[in-house]
Formats: sequence, structure tokens, C-alpha cells
Amino acid sequence: MMRLLHNCSRLLQLFLRQGYHTLKVGVFLSCLAMLFEALPVYAAADLDVNTPAVAAVKASMQSRHLQLLPHYQSGAVGLTADGFVAVKEAGLVPLSQRSALAVLVKDENTDRARLYQGMAAANGHPEWEGEIQRTFGQRWIDKAQAGWFVQRDGQWVRK
Amino acid sequence: MRTWLLVLSATGLSACVTINIYFPAAAAEKAADKVIDEIWQVPAGQSPASSQHSAPTATPVTPSAIPVTPTVNPESAP
Repeated sequence: MMRLLHNCSRLLQLFLRQGYHTLKVGVFLSCLAMLFEALPVYAAADLDVNTPAVAAVKASMQSRHLQLLPHYQSGAVGLTADGFVAVKEAGLVPLSQRSALAVLVKDENTDRARLYQGMAAANGHPEWEGEIQRTFGQRWIDKAQAGWFVQRDGQWVRK
Repeated sequence: MRTWLLVLSATGLSACVTINIYFPAAAAEKAADKVIDEIWQVPAGQSPASSQHSAPTATPVTPSAIPVTPTVNPESAP
């Protein structure tokens, strides 16, 4: 603690001694840093969604949607708040088709995870995956058709 | 010592700015809408048709019961 205080006072002394020059260089450096740091921010104003990986996942999901659609409409499958799908009521599907439905849901969720990850990576920010997933979670639910089941505050709600 | 101070302040400042690199929420929402439309749009137009087509095929049990009764009628007519 004492050492920290001592260091601080030394820094202050140094600053007071050469205050003007340090300030000048500091401001210049900060401007330079901001310029370089700010550039990628504006470059990423539009999220890229057309890398080959993302396009492949989209095509896969597009073709699967035809199979999932009747289940969304019947309420067998619903949209979860975190951007995935889940079997909401397996009883609505004949026993013989339930394992196929489980596979369908699992594959869809794998693709969705890949989509969020792929979009984050495509824009040079893998750490955005969670945010992208959250955004998608909201938008899937907002765009769901009337009659589909969606999750809100942990509860299944029919739109 | 002075160069150290400068390096320290530069990294400090750049770190502050780096934290400020925000998640472009509006752009992400726009991109999400685009992707969701692409995935859902095509089949959504066919949704009423596909559900109606699947309905008759799902009930093949009832027609099988009907042919039993007409076979009796031609016999009883003459």
C-alpha cells in the first residue's frame, strides 16, 4: 500500500515537473489510439452474414424448416428464449415419429449454435457469439407466426 | 522513466478505448432479421398448403371402414 502511494506521488512529481510535455504527448497518443481503435467499430456497423460457413448453415436450416413447420404449428416444438428450439409437447407427435423429431430438434439446435458462432467469427469478434445468440433469440420469437409456442420468462406462451 | 510513463499512459488509454468497442446491437438485429427471413420466408408462404395436404393423408383409417357397407347394397338390390 505504502509502495503504491509512493509510486503515485513519484508519478505526480514527474507529471508536475514535465507536465506540459507529457500531457501533449499523451493527448496525441490517445488521439492516435482512438483513431486506430475506432476504425474497426465503424467497419463493423453492418454485420456480415454471407461467409461460406454461414451460408451453408442457412441452407441447411432452410431445408429443415419445412419439416419443423408442422411441429411449430401443432405446438409440439417451441422457440426458446435463448435462441434455440425445444420439444414442447412430444405427445402431439405419434410415438413412431418421436425419435425423428428429437433428431430434427437436435440438428436444428446444432445448426443454430453454428450460425451464431459463424456470424460472430465472420465479423472478427468471436466474443460476440453470446450477444448474437441473444439478439436472435428475441428476433425468432418476434417473427414467429401466430399459433406457435414461444418461451417468455420461462413460460411457454402461444403467440 | 519518462518513456515508461508514456507507454503506460498509452496502453491505459488504448485499453479504455478497447473496452468501448461495443456490440453493434442494431446491426445485429438487422442481420438477424435478414437471416431469419431467409430461413423462414420460403416455407412460410407454403405453410397453409403443406398443413392441409398433410391432414387428409393423416386420416386413412376412416375410408377403409366405408367400402364394407357398399358391397352389401348391390347384393340386396335384386
